[in-house]
Amino acid sequence: MSTVSYHRPASVAEAARLLAGNHDARLLAGGQSMLPSVRLGLLAPTAFIDLAGIPELQRIRADAKAISIGAMATHAAVAESREVQAQIPALAQVASGIGDRQVRNRGTIGGSLANSDPASDYPAAALGLGATIHTNSRALAADEFFKGLFETALKPGEIISAVSLPVPDRAAYVKFLQPASRFALVGVFVAQFGKTVRVAVTGAGACAFRVKALEDALAKNFAPQSCDGVVVAATRLNSDIHGSAEYRAHLIPVLTRRAVLQALG
Amino acid sequence: MNASRTSLIGRSVERKEDYRFITGAGQYTDDISLPQQSYACFVRSPHAHARIRAIETAAAHAAPGVLAIFTGKDFAAIGGLPCGWLITSMDGTPMKEPKHPVIAEDVVRHVGDQVAIVIADSLAEAKAAAALIEVDYDVLPAVVDTATAARNATAIHSVAPDNICYTWAIGDAAAVDAAFAKAAHVTRLSFINNRLIPNAIEPRAANALYARGDDSYTLYVTSQNPHVERLLMTAFVLGLPEHKVRVVAPDVGGGFGSKIYLYAEECALVWASKRVGRPIKWTAERSESFLTDAHGRDHVTTAELALDKDGKFLALRVDTTANMGAYLSTFASCIPTILYATLLAGQYATPQIYCRVQAVFTNTAPVDAYRGAGRPEATYVLERIVELAARELKIDPVELRRRNFIRTFPYATPVALTYDTGDYEATLKRVLEIADVKGFSARKAASAAKGLLRGIGYSCYIEACGIAPSNIAGALGARAGLYEAGEVRVHPTGKVTVFTGSHSHGQGHETTFAQVVAQMLGIGLDDVDIQHGDTAKVLFGVGTYGSRSLAVGGSAIVKAVDKVIAKGKKIAAHLLEAGDSDIEFVNGEFRVVGTDRKKAFAEVAFAAYVPHNYPLDKLEPGLNENAFYDPTNFTFPAGSYVCEAEVDPSTGVVRIDRFAACDDFGNVVNPMIVEGQVHGGLAQGIGQALREGCAYNSDGQLVTGSFTDYAMPRADDLPQFVVETARGTPCTHNPLGVKGCGEAVAIGSPPAVINAIVDALAGLGVRDVAMPATPYRVWQTIQAAKR
Repeated sequence: MSTVSYHRPASVAEAARLLAGNHDARLLAGGQSMLPSVRLGLLAPTAFIDLAGIPELQRIRADAKAISIGAMATHAAVAESREVQAQIPALAQVASGIGDRQVRNRGTIGGSLANSDPASDYPAAALGLGATIHTNSRALAADEFFKGLFETALKPGEIISAVSLPVPDRAAYVKFLQPASRFALVGVFVAQFGKTVRVAVTGAGACAFRVKALEDALAKNFAPQSCDGVVVAATRLNSDIHGSAEYRAHLIPVLTRRAVLQALG
Repeated sequence: MNASRTSLIGRSVERKEDYRFITGAGQYTDDISLPQQSYACFVRSPHAHARIRAIETAAAHAAPGVLAIFTGKDFAAIGGLPCGWLITSMDGTPMKEPKHPVIAEDVVRHVGDQVAIVIADSLAEAKAAAALIEVDYDVLPAVVDTATAARNATAIHSVAPDNICYTWAIGDAAAVDAAFAKAAHVTRLSFINNRLIPNAIEPRAANALYARGDDSYTLYVTSQNPHVERLLMTAFVLGLPEHKVRVVAPDVGGGFGSKIYLYAEECALVWASKRVGRPIKWTAERSESFLTDAHGRDHVTTAELALDKDGKFLALRVDTTANMGAYLSTFASCIPTILYATLLAGQYATPQIYCRVQAVFTNTAPVDAYRGAGRPEATYVLERIVELAARELKIDPVELRRRNFIRTFPYATPVALTYDTGDYEATLKRVLEIADVKGFSARKAASAAKGLLRGIGYSCYIEACGIAPSNIAGALGARAGLYEAGEVRVHPTGKVTVFTGSHSHGQGHETTFAQVVAQMLGIGLDDVDIQHGDTAKVLFGVGTYGSRSLAVGGSAIVKAVDKVIAKGKKIAAHLLEAGDSDIEFVNGEFRVVGTDRKKAFAEVAFAAYVPHNYPLDKLEPGLNENAFYDPTNFTFPAGSYVCEAEVDPSTGVVRIDRFAACDDFGNVVNPMIVEGQVHGGLAQGIGQALREGCAYNSDGQLVTGSFTDYAMPRADDLPQFVVETARGTPCTHNPLGVKGCGEAVAIGSPPAVINAIVDALAGLGVRDVAMPATPYRVWQTIQAAKR
């Protein structure tokens, strides 16, 4: 039987040292994706480096322009944060709709972003808000962070420390549930910053992505009807028993419209 | 029955069993660990169809903690898992019964088919060793699709080269053809009854122990019918003496049919327990449940309804292909025949019905009874085509049903059943009221103002349950009796323990049966305990399925109580110095008619066990009676349902806004428990209609192999139900006048949902929506209608 070593560093620097010394080690954040994968035999790390013992990774700090959320802040902590609720209520809504209560009490924003699950919610929010993802070595714009299916711009040994999310004028997230898992079959995050609008989609592609046609239409007029008639190509979208690429493509403007309505509401 | 002022019958008393369940004191199979417990892990086929070239077990044998490894070779000498019902094809030949080996011998036939069993000191060691077993497979083409299996060039079993298990028919084909020839209108519809995966909350589990001291076996197992499990296992598979095997089905967390059957795993465990010399436990992981529990439904059907110019049904013709899966499960063969085609009259006086059923083998998990078992499929056929006929003829669907209702009883259908009683107009009339059908058009307009399409759908169902008269079942191919046994053991203090062959795995028998007995004996509810699920305690049992527990099992208990009272009267007559015929038993007291001389039940019980003043020359001491009850007919619960659904045409999302049900279950013992069954049945029926759909890909891999992709209904998928149990028409042929309610609602509800969705989309030209009506599928249907 395999044995796994467990480490609980007290600082990011110590975590980085442990990680550098063991290529088969994995960082453990909330474990809500990692541990099921291990149980299913899809992953077999030789060591877990648990980030739960690093207090600075759990902090949520806000100023007028942005909210900085520590990588180890749980979904529940983000959902319940007064700063988040006051400044980016759409982000609190995203967090409160992830998984179930148990998942929200364990799962973290850093873990979710690093995992880049094609159907997870946070990537849409991070991309939609134009977040900056801070690691132990650099700062990455969300636009360059999500690279593909479970694939990010993170390099081996790199550890997310915090996510900085600009405060929009208005924003909303609409999640269309896959009937069985209740992950996002398609989720659309819409945010307006002055004359700029960002529309980020999760669930529909290999990873979260933006839809320029909708952004352009909404930048001209941030109103639900601006989404009408915008056609999203089904090419390279996900297709499975719960929805074809065409269905997902169809849902993107439909859900964007609803998100705009909600943002204006 | 004496119904006194404070009758326990018809009262919603709280469930006696709930204290133990709610406080975590239930004892499920996996809770039972025995001294020297060992654990089993099964190696399962990753392929749907493959020849086993070789199995390499040396590394696994050497792994830590491993006690034994057995493969198909070790089991080759023992029997296969039997099928309990012989169906004879139209040409007079018996159905094809390929061997269903306990462990696959040379060929695996579905993903999850068991290839080896590994037994070790711990579960972790068993699993680790199982991972070291290398099986060399020669992968064969897989037969997956129900509709085309019989035309597939690949044969799954050599005894069934065309993959056909049987081709069976019921009804008068020529008379049906003649009726169609003179019909004013014919409605045709083809559809699939979607395959379902049961998913009881407790997965299957077993723990087998061999005792060398007396050469006996004990099996703890998640079973709905432990005596049947023992009989089939000992007589047909393992060749063990029946009296040396004790089967215990302790607390069981849901069955829905999936725990009726004799499965390979428990046979392997019992067999191996003697060889290993230690008790062996196995509990299915959820992924194993998905792969190996017997699935349900999976029919491909074409139906045609012939009507005259007034909308009277002339004839119904149905052609169904039913998927049996890779092997015949215990009752698989009778589900799409005896339990399906015989239901096709429904509530209607259709003079002629013909149904042909072809059962096919595929490289998928076995398919067998699942809550309703054949009857949901039949009800779906009928209630969909009736609604479609109404739409085509522009007759109100309620009115069309009314024109065709059976109104006089008993009524003999053209498909072998005789309904003893019913009042379909009563439940229909009532459900239209509680559903507020009058308010529908206003609600439809309100939905339309929001861009949503609202539809209303009806279902008037009947079901045949209280399974079953043994002689009729036997004539139809059953290889077992379908009576039930009960024993009423009165203790010297007048307390009572009842032993029943029924098995409760959520139904609440410990309460319902106690209500019946306490009422009959005039004693307190707490003075009666119900025991079930142990072949060492219960004299015999046929088990719980087919909504039979109260109608058949309860009737056996009533018979036994009657015997107790009859004997008690003789004892009381002696004590009261009266003639036997002068004694009456009222409210728990034996009285001399017309006098104030009486003996309480407990006094008589005491006299029976302390027979100092007792007619020992005429009467045995003791007060303990057995009874077997074999029903003379099926029971026929029926009811009417109304569903209102709102469809969002831009996404395909269906929201069930309202669901009203009025059921006639005959007499009701515990209305709260019945209402619970109605709610559960609605959840399952709506689950089938909207959410649940088992999918295999063309290689026979189970795509919906976990809850990530197999959508169970959740509370927020369901509306606030409006349900009512009609005063009803009591069953005429069992002593309690009960009909059964376990399956009824899962049978009746799916067509109401689909009818509502089709009604919502009718304006777009949609005439059918396939189950499950997921958002994606509904959207596709709308897109297709637009083209």
